[in-house]
Amino acid sequence: MAGAVRNPEAEARFAILLFVRSRDGSFHFERRILCAALCTAAAASVSMMVSSGAQQPGAPIQAPPYPTVAPPPAERTGLNVVVLDPAHGGTDPGARGAQGIRESDLVLDLTFLVRRALEAQGFQVLQTRSGNQNPSFDDRSTLANAQRGAVFVTLHISSTGLPGTVRVYALPEMSSRASAGGVLSWDYAQASYVGLSRKFGDAVQGQLAQRFKGSPRNVQTASVRQLRTTAAPAIAVELSSVSVQDRSDLDKMMPGVADAIARGLAAFRPSYVLPAEAGAQP
Amino acid sequence: MNGRWRTWLLAVLAAVVVIAAIYFPKLKRKVKTSAEISQPSEEQARRELTTATPANPADPKVQVRMFWASDEDESALSPLAVDLALSSDPVLRAKQVLNTLLAGPVNSDLRTLPADAALLAFYLLPDGTGVADFSEALGTSTPSGIQSEQRAVDSIARTLEANVPEIKRLKILIHGQEVDTLAGHLDLTQLFTVNTRAAQPPTLSYGLWPKPPATSAKSPPAATAVAKPPKR
Repeated sequence: MAGAVRNPEAEARFAILLFVRSRDGSFHFERRILCAALCTAAAASVSMMVSSGAQQPGAPIQAPPYPTVAPPPAERTGLNVVVLDPAHGGTDPGARGAQGIRESDLVLDLTFLVRRALEAQGFQVLQTRSGNQNPSFDDRSTLANAQRGAVFVTLHISSTGLPGTVRVYALPEMSSRASAGGVLSWDYAQASYVGLSRKFGDAVQGQLAQRFKGSPRNVQTASVRQLRTTAAPAIAVELSSVSVQDRSDLDKMMPGVADAIARGLAAFRPSYVLPAEAGAQP
Repeated sequence: MNGRWRTWLLAVLAAVVVIAAIYFPKLKRKVKTSAEISQPSEEQARRELTTATPANPADPKVQVRMFWASDEDESALSPLAVDLALSSDPVLRAKQVLNTLLAGPVNSDLRTLPADAALLAFYLLPDGTGVADFSEALGTSTPSGIQSEQRAVDSIARTLEANVPEIKRLKILIHGQEVDTLAGHLDLTQLFTVNTRAAQPPTLSYGLWPKPPATSAKSPPAATAVAKPPKR
């Protein structure tokens, strides 16, 4: 509990008025002036205490004087934020196909479509890049890890695979969980979310399988680097492929992929229950 | 010096210059060629040392199972039986099967690893961790994508699992170094489970990558990452 806040202005005024010079040149104590000074100082101190938020012992705790973020409610369930990650970018074009098709360009276009579909369903959407930048794997994970109640979707287009199919990947089981003290290791950040990620992946893959013939029915497991450091339900969605002769073949797939991700996410939403305590793992 | 001697001297000097002009390019070529012969590139030298694992005629011919792409589904792997004179030494055996895997099947469309990639070295740690060191072409020539990269690692891990039971886990290095990903997607900082039944946490403390955790009761597919070594 903080003590009373000192008011330098009031104290200075008090000090100046404490002694006055008499006609014979000596200093003497002037009671009326002293009384006025004490009153002024007391009033100023009370005023400063109230305005600075200083509190008396036993008084109810008041709001701090600086702006704060409103604390989250004691219990929040469900996901709040979707972090979309258009893979590659910048100097890394990703997979390259005939006629100059670049994975990094295509996934950015796909991201905008997915974003629109998700926002139409009321999700708040963040993107790891919105132009031709190439954030590091850790930078991309950082954006998701800074959110509470987020899911992470990284978007890819492969060099191989049956054209017109889409696969969803989640990480395989990671046995190494949180380290001592319940602090989640950055390198194993996904470990606590693998189960939720697979559930999320199955929901999205189920939707994709209905739209894109030849796509698997269930989520696949693969050690995708981007997912490992993400502390949220996280999946990778990969379309096949940049080997198509015409880019329009991939462009035609994109609205269906965006809709499937949005529907899959809506289906997954009730399964994602956040723990009441901040920092706790699901 | 009279004029006659001066003329002779100039003529001799001119002749020397002409001879030098003719001989110098030849000399340069000769030096360059001999330098190339005497100093092969580091990778060539390593390849000569490591990939030359000729089969010993005394070794019995056995049927090995190589995992290349399936001709029905290119994303899947299917085993193909090949007769090889395999060494009984697990390290030599691993090198033999990996070199055969790199050489590819008769139908080159079914290969899982790039044709220009080479195995530079293979080590087997006492805890059953195999370390396969490939040339840079494995990273640069493998088609970029989660599916293709996972298939490449799966083919290595499943081929080792089928033919070298001593190997429990696999670490893949590129040109002697740990790299983040194979070709932009698949995490190579991890150890991959090779023999899911035998892969237990190593108990020794010498290792390059200390104590990978135990695999779960529900066994993951062959080439799932089991642990990342903590950064030291």
